[in-house]
Amino acid sequence: MARITASVYTSHVPAIGAAIDHGKTGEPYWQPVFRGYEFSKQWMKQNRPDLVFLVYNDHATAFSLELIPTFAIGTAAAFTPADEGYGARPVPTVIGHPELASHIAQSVIQDDFDLTIVNRMDVDHGLTVPLSLMCGQPEAWPCPVIPFAVNVVQYPPPSGRRCFMLGQAIRRAVESYDEPLRVQIWGTGGMSHQLQGPRAGLINKAFDNAFLDRLIADPEGLSKMPHIDYVREAGSEGIELVMWLIARGAMADVNGGARPTVRHRFYHVPASNTAVGHLILENNG
Amino acid sequence: MALHKPYLDIPGTTIFDAEQSRKGYHLNQFCMSLMKAENRARFKANERAYLDEWAMTEEQKQAVLARDLNWCMRLGGNIYFLAKIGATDGKSFQQMAGSMTGMSEQEYRDMMINGGRSIEGNRYVGETK
Repeated sequence: MARITASVYTSHVPAIGAAIDHGKTGEPYWQPVFRGYEFSKQWMKQNRPDLVFLVYNDHATAFSLELIPTFAIGTAAAFTPADEGYGARPVPTVIGHPELASHIAQSVIQDDFDLTIVNRMDVDHGLTVPLSLMCGQPEAWPCPVIPFAVNVVQYPPPSGRRCFMLGQAIRRAVESYDEPLRVQIWGTGGMSHQLQGPRAGLINKAFDNAFLDRLIADPEGLSKMPHIDYVREAGSEGIELVMWLIARGAMADVNGGARPTVRHRFYHVPASNTAVGHLILENNG
Repeated sequence: MALHKPYLDIPGTTIFDAEQSRKGYHLNQFCMSLMKAENRARFKANERAYLDEWAMTEEQKQAVLARDLNWCMRLGGNIYFLAKIGATDGKSFQQMAGSMTGMSEQEYRDMMINGGRSIEGNRYVGETK
């Protein structure tokens, strides 16, 4: 039986990817950001999963306004890093897991979540920056990845509540898969940031740290926070944080099991326009 | 009955909702076309002619030519789409975001290094610090 071993949460700021790709990680501006992920890279090597289920959002890359799926699961054998206008990132092709992805799609749809199934999709920085932060610059990513894209570009994105319950459904789907795979689920995006308008540059450290506290201790209560609180307090793009609740909903403690261990917590301002937040939670059952 | 839009009183912020998306459809799809190198080259060679290939309003075309991102957003543009114009111009996301704030590039960068724009006084239109 497959099982979820841990969840990882991280921002996916594109400038972080550019700093890695252009060898700038040692610059004074970037050093504090990458120091926060040193532990995580070691942890990833010591706890290498068989598969990562990676929740992220597409940034007008694979999905234009022609098609705006709220939840899209990548069931392809491979996904190419996208050219977002600056040329494609020099990172490995993302190898998928069509068998488990299809299994999850069927299970979760029967569990009342209407996923869009995607068999061809390029993946942008939302997916590849978290992989770079957690895995460094390998020749190949350490394991297959199932991309799971959430619409947070056109308002409204799914509610936090819906995301949390979807995470619970994903857990049930993973646990009903026969092969004994160790699966990590990652929730990415955030934390507070606003990229548009005269209020661009908004950062709210108090909100972000309270969000991290509640994500650990009271995720179910946190999932009831309405959209307007994210937008007003964490910025128009801070609403990406609803995606973290998908990963949190898949953990044992909110499905009748034991509380997770907080293995790592990190917060830093800024990376470009954004507050960087990062957590690693290990399941204990 | 009108849709509930509790976000209209957030200062300096345009939420890209269904109404904005409908208004900005052709503007944003034009931006999307700049994902292809050959389209970027054609746009740079003759911006006006390239824009005229799209079913955009004249005002949307003027806003793009002026590189006024706040104006583009009022007309239905979304920042992730508009960012493709910036990429075509060789601008970073921080330069683009900063251009909408009325601050110089250096002032904006300094603000971010010093912790970003405070939430205090920035929650509601008309709020005083």
